[in-house]
Amino acid sequence: MHTFLASARRGLAPRWGRIAVGAVVIAVAAMLPLLAIDIPGVLPGPTYTPGTLTVLAYAMLIAALALSYHLIFGVAGMLSFGHAMFFAAGAYGLGIVLRLLAPTGMPSEAVFLLAIVITLVVALVLGNLVGAIALRVSGISFAMVTLAIAQAMNVMIRRNVGGLTGGEEGVTLTVAVVPDWLVGVVNTRNLYWLALAILVIVYLACVWVERSRLGHVVAAARENELRVTVLGLRPYLVRLFLFSAAAVLAAVAGIGFMLLQSSATPRISTSDFTLTLLVIVVLGGVGYRWGAIVGGIVYTLLDQRLAALASSDAIAGLPDVLRIPLSEPLFILGMLFVLVVMFAPGGIVGIAHRVTRRRGGRRDAEEPAVLQDMEA
Amino acid sequence: MTTVLLLLITGVGLGALYFLVASGLSLIYGLMGVLNFAHGSFLTLAGFLGWEVGRRVGDGSWGGLLVGMLVGLVVGALVAAITELVFIRPLYNRHIEQVLVTVGLGLASVALFEGIWGTDPIQIRLPEWLGQTTNVLGANIPNDRWLLIGSAAVVLALIVLFLQRTSYGLVIRAGVENRTMVTALGIDVRRAFTIVFAIGGAAAGLGGVLASVYYGQVGAHQGTSLLIYAFIVTVIGGLGSLSGAALASVLVAVIQQLANFYLGGTGDLAVVLALAAVLLVRPTGLMGKVTH
Amino acid sequence: MSAILTVRGLDAHIGGQQVVEDVSFDVAEHGVTALLGRNGVGKSSTIKALLGLAERTGEVTFAGARIDGLLTHRIVQRGIAYVPEDREVFGGLTVEENLRLAERGGAPNRAIIAELFPELIERAKQQAGTLSGGQQQMVSLSRALMNENRLLLVDEPTKGLAPLIVGTVTTALEAAADRTPMLLVEQNLQVVRALAHTVVVLSGGRVVHTGPAAEFLDSDLVHRHLGVATDQEAA
Repeated sequence: MHTFLASARRGLAPRWGRIAVGAVVIAVAAMLPLLAIDIPGVLPGPTYTPGTLTVLAYAMLIAALALSYHLIFGVAGMLSFGHAMFFAAGAYGLGIVLRLLAPTGMPSEAVFLLAIVITLVVALVLGNLVGAIALRVSGISFAMVTLAIAQAMNVMIRRNVGGLTGGEEGVTLTVAVVPDWLVGVVNTRNLYWLALAILVIVYLACVWVERSRLGHVVAAARENELRVTVLGLRPYLVRLFLFSAAAVLAAVAGIGFMLLQSSATPRISTSDFTLTLLVIVVLGGVGYRWGAIVGGIVYTLLDQRLAALASSDAIAGLPDVLRIPLSEPLFILGMLFVLVVMFAPGGIVGIAHRVTRRRGGRRDAEEPAVLQDMEA
Repeated sequence: MTTVLLLLITGVGLGALYFLVASGLSLIYGLMGVLNFAHGSFLTLAGFLGWEVGRRVGDGSWGGLLVGMLVGLVVGALVAAITELVFIRPLYNRHIEQVLVTVGLGLASVALFEGIWGTDPIQIRLPEWLGQTTNVLGANIPNDRWLLIGSAAVVLALIVLFLQRTSYGLVIRAGVENRTMVTALGIDVRRAFTIVFAIGGAAAGLGGVLASVYYGQVGAHQGTSLLIYAFIVTVIGGLGSLSGAALASVLVAVIQQLANFYLGGTGDLAVVLALAAVLLVRPTGLMGKVTH
Repeated sequence: MSAILTVRGLDAHIGGQQVVEDVSFDVAEHGVTALLGRNGVGKSSTIKALLGLAERTGEVTFAGARIDGLLTHRIVQRGIAYVPEDREVFGGLTVEENLRLAERGGAPNRAIIAELFPELIERAKQQAGTLSGGQQQMVSLSRALMNENRLLLVDEPTKGLAPLIVGTVTTALEAAADRTPMLLVEQNLQVVRALAHTVVVLSGGRVVHTGPAAEFLDSDLVHRHLGVATDQEAA
């Protein structure tokens, strides 16, 4: 039984074709702030409006975060329940370091860059630390350790340990030391482009890791750990590297989030948030990079827009038993996820692949191999 | 000395709550290999419905509370059994999908509860005695702890009796050890799965109502926060071991109380460290016996 | 003699690896058919595949009906008893509870246990996990033999047992084989010679030889396929 990833890749177009398509997609996305595309109901306004750009930027950051989760779950088969803590490390890290460095006399550009570097280093260290402990066990135990560690961090954040994290209120961005072109409603399109850049960077990082020898070893180790060890490779180290790389990528998305939202609250460090990531990745299609992206965008649109949609006449007029569930984005997301897991494990992208595949006899999107490998 | 006694007894009281939630998780994982993320929702729903019915019978009265507890028990059992039949059974032998489904259901149900009852917890009225204290050797123990400890002890005894004395109990005990061999004896374990879900759901349901007594409120996120502790307790005690869950519940709760009091509110951190320690030293848990 | 069990083109996968490939053989409706092969060649996996305990494809017909698509408990309920390699008794349960669990309806024949393994009666309340290997094997056999069976699947019953117990087990299997057809996986060739009339030999997950047992055991095919000289016990 070969891996689901292998069979998925076989169906895709040749390399240069895909790069060309990717470039076109990025170009189109980059141009959106300059266009006036309007999708009523889905977008709050035409694509050049700050409201819409904020939603889209948020969607891209969540997509980037989902991609980093895809790296550990989809590629390496590690079911982590604590990934949100690295995203929170990025967002909170930037906020805290900026606030600490702002009073010093340093020029604000230096402070800003230094803050980013420090935050990423912290994320790297944290990723290594958590990974070093958690990867000593595997399967469900690994999941439990990550859950417990993330929970502890969440509690510490909420209790305002050291007076740094601001408790339930969270941390706000020290705007004074942030470059002007990233601040203010008028610069929303810059934030949008920043989010796009982050998504592209994270995507390329994922591609690079997956294609590298490291990526192949980790995927092989997921299928058959013994064989990998016999070849003289150390699954533990490989997974640790991947885990901390994913942590840093999550932190990058967190930094973008902080800049976009101008604040961070403990909600982003909860296990619920990580579970949402899990749902996003599987819903989009675990094992596909594009699955993470699609899932992230669908989730954000649901999350951001459903409230508006719910107050619209169409839904407000429905009887309570329909209206209440339909007004809750996580309910819809959760139930979609349940349906996907039960009937279409390949997720949205998996379904799309099945539909667009022309050759008969091609393997159906069976349960992704990654879902079968884990036992306690 | 009285402080230590107070912390110990209130710790056991909290441990009783953890046990009610963890007992089901442990049995479900032990028998089925499923980490049930929807368990917290059984708890929350039972808590809400127990309160809704109880306050209509007699808001703040003993009658209302007892009816509420009964409702919680029944609701928990029913919802759990239905969940198993509709969502888990069709995914027979696909463990990760089963876990994922419970994750999705957990997320969806909490959102639903928020939609129905709102995002803020609702304060509830309780019989006066529960808010008072009893003096034990100098320590003033809040009376709600006695209710918790008593209920958990009764539940533990009933579950043990069921496991030891009934034929389904026999199947479950064997299945926790070696589910595959049970099927190879010609026994349809799927019925045992539903029963274990129902038992776990009933205990969690009762736990949901008692949690609202303990916290003085019902809220959409009550189950989720308790669930994490229940998971930790289950893993420390040993997945699949009921006695392990009982022991770990008390240990974890007492550690939490002591750390909160003597180490400046670091109870949660202490619990996490305990989990990490157990996992690194004895990954199967204190009394774990899962072999499959 | 017609076959109680026919296997055609059986493939089996365990943990993502293919362990059995295109295996076909028959189990006669009387007597013992032995499944032989070196360690790791796929014998136990074949038995597991027949019971649905491994992912399998192919045709398996039992008493005229296809069983390859059924769940394990349904297959067993049709009258197939399984004596697993490594015994797999439930250590936390008593001997009595182990036996009670295995009762497959009808009137289980407890007398046969008293006849074959009297010491189990004395140890009824003892926890199965505290029994010796030989005693656990007695429990495992009793579980299978006390029901009305139409086929016995027995996997390495003498593995790791002292010679005296091997004798007891072989006697019990002989008695059982008089009434019920058996598919027997066994490394101990003396036991095979005593019980089996047909052998099916596996190598690398595939069938490499089928034929009368005595003929096989006396020839140098034994050496070629099993790596042992004739009439000696396998390693």
